[in-house]
Amino acid sequence: MKYSLFSLIRNGLSHHERWPRAWRSPELKGSYDVVIVGGGGHGLATAYYLAKEHAVTSVAVLEKGYVGGGNTGRNTEIVRSNYLWDDAARLYEFSLKLWQDLSRELNFNLMYSKRGLLSLGHSLQEMRDIARRVNANRLNGIDSELLSAEEVREMVPILNTSPGARYPVLGASLQRRGGTARHDAVAWGLARAADGLGVDVVQQCEVTGFRRENGRVVGVDTTKGYVAAKRVGVVTAGSSGVLASMAGFRLPIESHPLQAWVSEPVKPTLDAVVMSNAVHAYVSQTDRGELLAGAGIDSYNGYGQRGSFSVPEHAISSLVELFPIFSRLRMMRQWAGIVDTCPDACPIIGATPVDGLYFNCGWGTGGYKATPGSGWVFAYTLATGRPHRLNAPFSLDRFRTGRLIDEHGAAGVAH
Amino acid sequence: MLLIECPWCGARDEAEFTYGGEAHVVRPENPEAVSDSEWADYLFYRKNPRGDHLEQWCHSSGCRRWFNAQRDTVTYEIKRVYQVGSPPPGGEG
Repeated sequence: MKYSLFSLIRNGLSHHERWPRAWRSPELKGSYDVVIVGGGGHGLATAYYLAKEHAVTSVAVLEKGYVGGGNTGRNTEIVRSNYLWDDAARLYEFSLKLWQDLSRELNFNLMYSKRGLLSLGHSLQEMRDIARRVNANRLNGIDSELLSAEEVREMVPILNTSPGARYPVLGASLQRRGGTARHDAVAWGLARAADGLGVDVVQQCEVTGFRRENGRVVGVDTTKGYVAAKRVGVVTAGSSGVLASMAGFRLPIESHPLQAWVSEPVKPTLDAVVMSNAVHAYVSQTDRGELLAGAGIDSYNGYGQRGSFSVPEHAISSLVELFPIFSRLRMMRQWAGIVDTCPDACPIIGATPVDGLYFNCGWGTGGYKATPGSGWVFAYTLATGRPHRLNAPFSLDRFRTGRLIDEHGAAGVAH
Repeated sequence: MLLIECPWCGARDEAEFTYGGEAHVVRPENPEAVSDSEWADYLFYRKNPRGDHLEQWCHSSGCRRWFNAQRDTVTYEIKRVYQVGSPPPGGEG
């Protein structure tokens, strides 16, 4: 069913009690051309683009919990592409361009809001780094501007830009196309669109092992039984290491909790995304009026989907210094997702030591913004058996060859 | 918030500590003799288990000494702490 003004009116007349399900709950079949493990945004986008771009419709997405219940529903919704290095810039910019038309394409309002994204500079060295990144972005055709302190003040008047501030604001970078997109809608819209193209989205189906013949993967064991597959794509973020060990190899990845939290809702007060690398905190205001903020990862390895209190304490005390107006806000909810951090802060997208088994992982703290682009290149890889030129640099082999793409700090870190 | 038992100072708040990642990672004796894969394994590849993890902590705001801990990465329970240089519990590594 196509969502439109007419469908809204028609269903309004029946008190919204007759909306059809957005996607089916299919039984798991015995075999598929491609099985995708992980029903988050990246996995669903992979399935959607497999069906749409490559006409591969014999696809199952296996989700351990429910669609969008992992990191897709646990992030701070930030979308941007202002990465420093060429390889990363190309991939994230490709993804940002896909965001532009995705709502219309999926017939689902993703609430992508190009509200502008500011990265503050608090020291001379930080301003030099920001200027370098802005220049690199522009050379790569990515919109990026260097703002003076005065321009930042005009754009975000509630920011404490007084000379005596604990974190003096010397300027910022601005990506005007950067902003936010509603994360639940991304999961639901992609699941619905993939389902509409014939993909089976199977929830509450956990993968328990991989079966191999002559070194090649031939299928996966799940809590709903065995399913054969010609190719298997694993997109499981923080659980990537667990899946890799099931398949008998290791990854250069460690899993950490990444926390975020929202305040009680207030009237519109902040119409841009503001990030500060130095204090490692970032904040935006949701359409419901909540201030949505996040920080860096908890330092230790963890799979517990919760974090330590010291992280929000540090980030919130910094945010209150930056935005004194927030000081009496109460925080309503806190959560953590388990992120798969890579040594060079860039993803691994492609082949593994097992034939027919492909991984898309290592996005760490910044995968959400890349959801459509990640799915697009991974679909290409799964359909053709080889990487697209956009994800070729992001091979697992780069840790052996030394051709790392060091985006630590280069991208302004805070995701 | 973790309560971490420093072997020298006793139980202290996590905020006093610095995390040092997986313990018992051994640098190859002759780096020039190992293959690129072995060197990558030493530099970048970690066990990252879901469950018991042997890891290094430093009491950086206290006695500033390093020690090892066995911690569950799901419950975050610290099962034991032991000195750097002593063999891993249960012969794991």
